[in-house]
Amino acid sequence: MKTVNEMKLSFPSKSCNEAFARAAVSAFIAMLDPTVSELSDLKTAVSEAVTNCVVHGYRRDSGTIHISGKITEDRRVILKIRDTGVGIADVKQAMEPLFTTAPEEERAGLGFAVMQSFCDKVRVRSATGKGTTVTLEKRISDAR
Amino acid sequence: MRTEFENGILTAYLDGEIDHDAAAKIRTRVDASAQALRPRVLCLDFGNVGFMDSSGVGLVMGRYRMMKLTGGTLRVVNVPDRLYRVFALSGIEGLGVLR
Repeated sequence: MKTVNEMKLSFPSKSCNEAFARAAVSAFIAMLDPTVSELSDLKTAVSEAVTNCVVHGYRRDSGTIHISGKITEDRRVILKIRDTGVGIADVKQAMEPLFTTAPEEERAGLGFAVMQSFCDKVRVRSATGKGTTVTLEKRISDAR
Repeated sequence: MRTEFENGILTAYLDGEIDHDAAAKIRTRVDASAQALRPRVLCLDFGNVGFMDSSGVGLVMGRYRMMKLTGGTLRVVNVPDRLYRVFALSGIEGLGVLR
């Protein structure tokens, strides 16, 4: 499917950039005139993915988070959120609802569950020591 | 965030966007007030929250545990419909704190 728009973002893994990432993605998809609920779904999913990079990918170290976005002709938004942090040893386990490796930070273990529930597709690629890429895909309904 | 203490009930009126960054700040302030005032009930009011990710669930679960340790109770009130889906996913309804 033909790509009608693209973007790339890189920013340091600071928790204040979680809000920046949500705002930037919102602005990127504005051209599709999403409903309030579609916009909120994508913002929430992006927030979870970026928080995972900050909290888990880079733990206490700092690193760079990369987001690349694409909008296709059939109104699909495809977002890749990538870190080059520690990676996930067991992706299946990491995606189980309520599983968390950071209970002391009061992480609820719901990040992937939220992404899966709020997007049409979620793909996770990870290699320990190399980092993690989460791909989120959501189709925005046709102009009303 | 504004807090109010009356008849042993500490109410925190949360606002804005609750993500990992904001939740850490809210947690520090709410816990400091709760430690100083020793409320019987801690009430988290979500009425003015515009956005929340699963960090909001972590915030509620953490405060639930804290209140349980001190023999108090937690109430979560005025959750807007748009935030409800994240709470629903968490199964937090089973704690009986949502009003």
